Amino acid sequence: MNLKLVSIVLGMAAATYITRIGSQVLFASTGMPAWMERWLKHVPTAFLTALIVPSLLMPEGHLDISLGNNYLLAGAVAAFTAYRTRNVLITILIGMTVIIILNRFMPF
Amino acid sequence: MKHANLTGGLPKPNAGVWKEAVKDCLPITTGIIPFGLTCGIMGRTAGFSIFEITFMSMTVFAGASQFIAIAMIGSGITGWWTVVFTTFMVNLRHLLMGASLSPYLLKLSKPLQYLLAFGIVDESYALTMDRIERKGYDPNYQLGISALIYIVWNISTCLGAYFYNVIPNPLEWGIDFALPATFLVLLIPRLADRTSITIFLVSALSAVLGALYLPGKWYIILAATTAAIVGGFMEGGSKDES
Repeated sequence: MNLKLVSIVLGMAAATYITRIGSQVLFASTGMPAWMERWLKHVPTAFLTALIVPSLLMPEGHLDISLGNNYLLAGAVAAFTAYRTRNVLITILIGMTVIIILNRFMPF
Repeated sequence: MKHANLTGGLPKPNAGVWKEAVKDCLPITTGIIPFGLTCGIMGRTAGFSIFEITFMSMTVFAGASQFIAIAMIGSGITGWWTVVFTTFMVNLRHLLMGASLSPYLLKLSKPLQYLLAFGIVDESYALTMDRIERKGYDPNYQLGISALIYIVWNISTCLGAYFYNVIPNPLEWGIDFALPATFLVLLIPRLADRTSITIFLVSALSAVLGALYLPGKWYIILAATTAAIVGGFMEGGSKDES
């Protein structure tokens, strides 16, 4: 067992836990201010968008809005499926089928 | 009495909630497994033992920052403060998720708050917020999905580390597409009014700009903060929308 690695891992664990508990500690005695609660209501929508959009528009780290971007094509299909079915499993199945076919069988 | 204290504030677990948690979690695990496997594979390649890399998944439990730390250590950057501080910056977005869950978490007992906080990751946060929207907050639900994601993350890290020279890199298949696909199903029903669509557009634009020009995961913090502030102002302006 490499003690240096383990001590780095423990440091990472502590640093990460601070980011997770920080808000509860900050607001434990005062409660959350009302204006902040109004803003935070929109965090989920903004957050989901921020997770999805770059992973579809820039899968390789640079902006790629073209028919050669398999993630964008599969994303469009998945978004349409999600809109019509509201079903996670069906959306994943269809989206994955599209991306695997594109990745495996398209020469570009 | 230690046990009673630990679960203080947790409503009696009911089988329905657990079933619901498992049902909602299963699709999302298809997205987590390839990342866990990759984490194990990358860890071994960078010189971690099976135990060390699994230990990292068990204690840190934050995929993106683990990948970055593994890459740093693999390329010889092993300064304690450098790796730990980078991890902290990459994970700062948890503060935002924690704050957004705070109105619900602060009503629970301290031990339960501290336990649930440990389980905050992108996926458990997204599912919990979605559940709140549909049926309201239930700590059992949050505990259930966090526990499931935690178990799947650790088992898949361990398997990846164990079989690291046998399995091909699962991310090269495009299997990483499962997560954005799941998030799309959670996002699209939210885009039902003008405020939400504006938030979507502002967030999409700032996320892409941030991902192009900022390091690490800062684009998520930038996008979520900017878009949430815009949303807050829009609602302040029109009082009939609630």
